Amino acid sequence: MKFLPLVWAALWRKRPRTLFTMASIAVAFLLYGLLYAVNNAFNRGVEVAGADRLVVISKYSLTQPLPYSYLNELRSIDGVEAVTWASWFGGVYQEEKNFFAQFPVDAETYLTMYPEIVLPEAQRDTLLRTRNGAVVAQTLADRFGWSVGDRIPIQASIWPFKTGNTWDFELVGIFDTADPAARGQYEMMLFNHEYFDEGRAFGQGLVGWYIVRTRNPDANASIAQAIDERFRNSTNPTKTDSEKAFNQSFLKQMGDIGLIVKSILGAVFFTLLFLTGNTMMQSVRERIPELAVLKTLGFGERRVLLLVLAESAALCVLAAMAGLGLAAVVLPPIANKMPGFAGMGLDPQTFVMGVTIAIALAVAVGLPPALRASRISIVDALAGR
Amino acid sequence: MSKTLISIGDLHKTYTRGAETVDVLLGLTLEVEQGEFLALMGPSGSGKTTLLNLIGGLDTPSSGSVTVGDQRIDQLGSAALARWRAGHVGFVFQFYNLLPMLSAARNVELPLLLTNLSKAERSKRVAIALEVVGLADRARHKPSELSGGQAQRVAIARAIVGDPSLLVCDEPTGDLDRQTADDVLGLLQTLNREHGKTIVMVTHDPKAAEYASRQVHLDKGQLVDSAGVAA
Repeated sequence: MKFLPLVWAALWRKRPRTLFTMASIAVAFLLYGLLYAVNNAFNRGVEVAGADRLVVISKYSLTQPLPYSYLNELRSIDGVEAVTWASWFGGVYQEEKNFFAQFPVDAETYLTMYPEIVLPEAQRDTLLRTRNGAVVAQTLADRFGWSVGDRIPIQASIWPFKTGNTWDFELVGIFDTADPAARGQYEMMLFNHEYFDEGRAFGQGLVGWYIVRTRNPDANASIAQAIDERFRNSTNPTKTDSEKAFNQSFLKQMGDIGLIVKSILGAVFFTLLFLTGNTMMQSVRERIPELAVLKTLGFGERRVLLLVLAESAALCVLAAMAGLGLAAVVLPPIANKMPGFAGMGLDPQTFVMGVTIAIALAVAVGLPPALRASRISIVDALAGR
Repeated sequence: MSKTLISIGDLHKTYTRGAETVDVLLGLTLEVEQGEFLALMGPSGSGKTTLLNLIGGLDTPSSGSVTVGDQRIDQLGSAALARWRAGHVGFVFQFYNLLPMLSAARNVELPLLLTNLSKAERSKRVAIALEVVGLADRARHKPSELSGGQAQRVAIARAIVGDPSLLVCDEPTGDLDRQTADDVLGLLQTLNREHGKTIVMVTHDPKAAEYASRQVHLDKGQLVDSAGVAA
């Protein structure tokens, strides 16, 4: 601790240079915090997947619907405890930028299948009773200022209404998630499949996909195989996966987010390595006579090495924490404006990893000048050689 | 009877610069008594600063011995030599060599950071050292806010704050005007006479050398008498 003022003073010897370098590091770690939060938000969909749930889609494509008649066949397969279904509606509320997911579902079985969706009992009953009733996530209600009783018109982009393009819904309930961190994954609107099936201009009797709950998750693989076997020779063969695998393959359609994030950050930190490394080298080069004075006074090689490393650590870790702190501040408002990212924030694991990266960066950029500083010849340095 | 503090025997120092080898000190032998104020004089390139660096443990000889107190410092490794310097020697340079980003007090405190003294004890000793050099009121000033004479006094305070037995001074007044130089030399003389510090000072200036209790002359790496003849 007693060397702290010395380290601090050395750090601020060239104030503008230190500030600019710190700003560069802070921006890099801000980017790290934002991108990792996005990556985590995407992965959250995989993490929250139920272990006992299977998703049955068309073998050909997720967009290819399946017949409603599969429902009873699925229920009859050994090991299947419950079945529900959903479809992708893809409507627009007022304008494109207001995008959020809407799913026509069999409300009773769907809400039982997903106990993590927390809807008051009375609102659940109202949904079951109200033909054009809909429930939305609390985050959506907050975003659009909706309250129970509001009418929500949705413009169809895939499924037009028989008598026009607008579907009219009555908001009968607002749900939340048991795990606040999973809000982003359930930021959606659910409404009755019956209303959807009767009202749509075409496609009656079809559903987007089935969700199956198994009695024993250990038997998921054999049950999935049995399901696909059952429909192998039909006109609509199926592809059944665990919900986790389904979510992963759904994400992969958008690209490998993790790889993209890591590639961007790799490039950023690689550049930062040179930028900060150059600053540290320059800073030590300018101070060779001063470091020689410290050695003259009795500061040993190891102590000089540690002083320079401490300076590098202070530079990198303080700036990184500023960047991560900024990320923590700006993430919630950003998340609230991005559909599907509600609840996105900087988790402690990302923060700790960020600080670890900052320490690694400090060692990488600080060690070469620190070694140089520790090995300087006092006589040569004082003589200006 | 005075006790010998520094004993130098058959000291050689050779530098290699590229392909060239330069013999700076050629078998020099010298003794300095405890409490002595010795002025090392001689023309440029005579080896004065090299000898001072060897006495202060900043450099190691090519051959020969340098004993300070009971310690053969020519036999110490780099880490041990650093520890020895911290405990036994104070340094004063021509251009003060203060750290520009630290206040006068922080500069003076530097050698004490290597001790186990508490913060309060360090502050007390810094205050005393600055008091001794007459700069108690400049403790918070940065070197850039001090005159040359004041900066050199701060450097002297830094040299004495750890209470070393030996002060080595390399042209301590080389960058100062006559009046300021006399003040600084008077201070060194006081430290020698009243505080018992042994001082070895390199200087070109005969007037500065008059403050010393003994003068020795170097030429071409050897001690010479005042007529320039090898002693």
